[in-house]
Amino acid sequence: MARSWGELLGETDAAPEPEETRAGMFSRLRESLAKSRRALTGELAAAAFDPGNEADWERLEEALIVGDVGVPATAELVRRLEARGGIEHLAEEVASLFGEPPTLNVAARPSVILVVGVNGTGKTTTIGKLAAKLSARGYSVVVAAADTFRAAAEEQLEIWAQRAGADFVGSERGGDPAAVAYDAIAAAQARGRDVVIVDTAGRLHTQTNLMEELAKVRRVIAAKLEGAPHETLLVVDATTGQNGLQQAKLFAEVAGVTGVVLTKLDGSAKGGVAIPIAYELGLPVKLIGVGEGLDDLRPFDAQDFARALVAG
Amino acid sequence: MFDALSDKLQQALGDLRGRGTLDDEAISRAMREVRLALLEADVNFEIVKQFVAQVRERALGADVQKSLTPGQQVVKIVHEELTELMGSGDSRLAFSPRPPTTILLAGLQGSGKTTAAGKLALLLKNDGKKPALVAADLQRPAAIDQLRQLGEQVDVPVYAEERGDPVKAVRDGIARATADGRDVVILDTAGRLHVDAPLMEELAAVRNEARPTNVLLVLDAMTGQEAVNVAKAFQERIDFDGVLLTKLDGDARGGAALSVRAITGRPIKLASVGEKLDALEWFHPDRMASRILGMGDVLTLIERAESAIGEDEKEELERRMLQGEFSFDDFLKSYKMLRRMGPLQGVLKLIPGLGKQLEGLDDVDEKELGRVEGIILSMTPHERRVPHAIDSSRRKRIAAGSGTTVTQVNQLLEARKQMAKMMKLVGSGTMPQLPGMAGAPGSGAPRPSATRKSKSKRKRKARK
Repeated sequence: MARSWGELLGETDAAPEPEETRAGMFSRLRESLAKSRRALTGELAAAAFDPGNEADWERLEEALIVGDVGVPATAELVRRLEARGGIEHLAEEVASLFGEPPTLNVAARPSVILVVGVNGTGKTTTIGKLAAKLSARGYSVVVAAADTFRAAAEEQLEIWAQRAGADFVGSERGGDPAAVAYDAIAAAQARGRDVVIVDTAGRLHTQTNLMEELAKVRRVIAAKLEGAPHETLLVVDATTGQNGLQQAKLFAEVAGVTGVVLTKLDGSAKGGVAIPIAYELGLPVKLIGVGEGLDDLRPFDAQDFARALVAG
Repeated sequence: MFDALSDKLQQALGDLRGRGTLDDEAISRAMREVRLALLEADVNFEIVKQFVAQVRERALGADVQKSLTPGQQVVKIVHEELTELMGSGDSRLAFSPRPPTTILLAGLQGSGKTTAAGKLALLLKNDGKKPALVAADLQRPAAIDQLRQLGEQVDVPVYAEERGDPVKAVRDGIARATADGRDVVILDTAGRLHVDAPLMEELAAVRNEARPTNVLLVLDAMTGQEAVNVAKAFQERIDFDGVLLTKLDGDARGGAALSVRAITGRPIKLASVGEKLDALEWFHPDRMASRILGMGDVLTLIERAESAIGEDEKEELERRMLQGEFSFDDFLKSYKMLRRMGPLQGVLKLIPGLGKQLEGLDDVDEKELGRVEGIILSMTPHERRVPHAIDSSRRKRIAAGSGTTVTQVNQLLEARKQMAKMMKLVGSGTMPQLPGMAGAPGSGAPRPSATRKSKSKRKRKARK
């Protein structure tokens, strides 16, 4: 059963996604992963796979590498499958690298979700969709435009906030992002809002000064509200290669990342770098982005992801 | 990330120096490392295969030069092949004899088209052109605002229509810019997925309308294996002339650039290397080759040093360095120059072999650097001139004098030696000797690798 929003948000009466919407979602994800599916099923149908044949193992390796899974995680998967004597359990092993299904912690009032990542991964768009989703489920939402660097970032977020029916807190371009986050939490407290989502400027994880600025945003949030930020989501573009691991490592160090959002899975990119991120760094993938529409942000389901990656 | 490839190769090959030629077995071991390094750098799988086969061919029977270890010899071949592969083709932009010259930018969402458009406008403006920006991105919320703000920052006019279709926006924009006497028009299109047929169709229509002098694919340096599919799809629909590579200021190795070059035959023309709007450069294939191999960027370092260091002191220092006479006086001098070159963190990352070691070192501690100065100043003038005269009792004295430990003094002595060696090799035109950095932070346990895997494979074979 696929993960539902109710399950992701830890709602008490949460049920898995009903079968019919699930089928739609699954087929969409499957479609988007069609390329890798072809690659794998074309050459690696379990029936045709001969565990005694060296070339078959090499093709498996290639398929995983082409999916951006990376060398160490590929080696680990191959090792585990070798131990089990074939590739029947590939989906299961992929899923197991992701660990337990995570939840998105929005229980506190207000809860603060800090959203971080390198430039161009889709942070602002993700926040727009997340705000819309939470609003639709009855949460009142404040979005904070703490990206005070990129030209027109604030305008972009404000448009999304309107679409999502969320409150919007902004500032001057070039203003202090920590101050924007602070104001947004204060506004949420004063107005009794449920969730504050803080957008931050895209920054390369190697830019020491900008990473320091991000650490400060986090400190200010923590000082303003105990226990906050309740979630720090790292947005990773599914097109990203092995550098994604490096991004995750450094953002986790500086901003205490609690989960990953994998975006742009509607392209032909497989997002395989999510596997080493989860496996090597223990960071769960919580959400996936599969399109431009408001509904195209979905809870991540490791089983579905793995099956879509390797099977039909 | 990865240790410098040459370190890996060194481990794989051992010291075969003086054996004459590289034999088949040694080359097989080396090729595994090359393959792994390229895969870690996100070079496409198929390209890696072809490339490794090509390098193997050349390496077989190659003479081992006296000044190089076998590992370096292989790196040299790989580096040359990479540079050649990436460097062929004209990397310049075409300029129309009848203005305006038009440049169309296209790419995936988030690859950095709009920012690149602003940077390109500034680059061309500084080249004496009169550029204009035209917004053809009517999709993303606030994209036009972003372009307007960038135009303002670089003082270049922006032509945009809030409504209508991109084809019309481009037609009108070019017409208005031309009427205003602008001679280069940069067209910023909406980001799109290469699998989105209607949007790719629209892009083709924009291209047909504008008939641009240059079509550039904007590509994120962090792109993974997918780069090949992206490039093929864009080539099919809009037949781009070259690539503008973005986000090279990160630590992505940028193997995607090689994939795109190999699969489409189109050259990389421009590279974006920083947040600031003036951080767009013409592409240097040799530097990109070094980067993909994880070898740092000696040339950028040298270039940056040149702009920070006075002509006279440079020449003198260069002469001494190239002769391998690199005394502690020179060290101190170069070290002070180094500090003039900007934030040390950035400078150090350019040094081959240091990139990896600096990982996790959030800041290069400025105090630490003060300590280096302290140690050198605690040496006698003679010791500074003739470093090999520094025996163990002198080391103790220097440590006591500078309030450091003998270990720290030793480290500095070793660093000077490595630097002198490297400089000498740079001078002799051979590959820079990559510092071993033994015992430095980060050179610890190797990650699971295909090397190990291949060992287990051998076992598997043996079982059969």
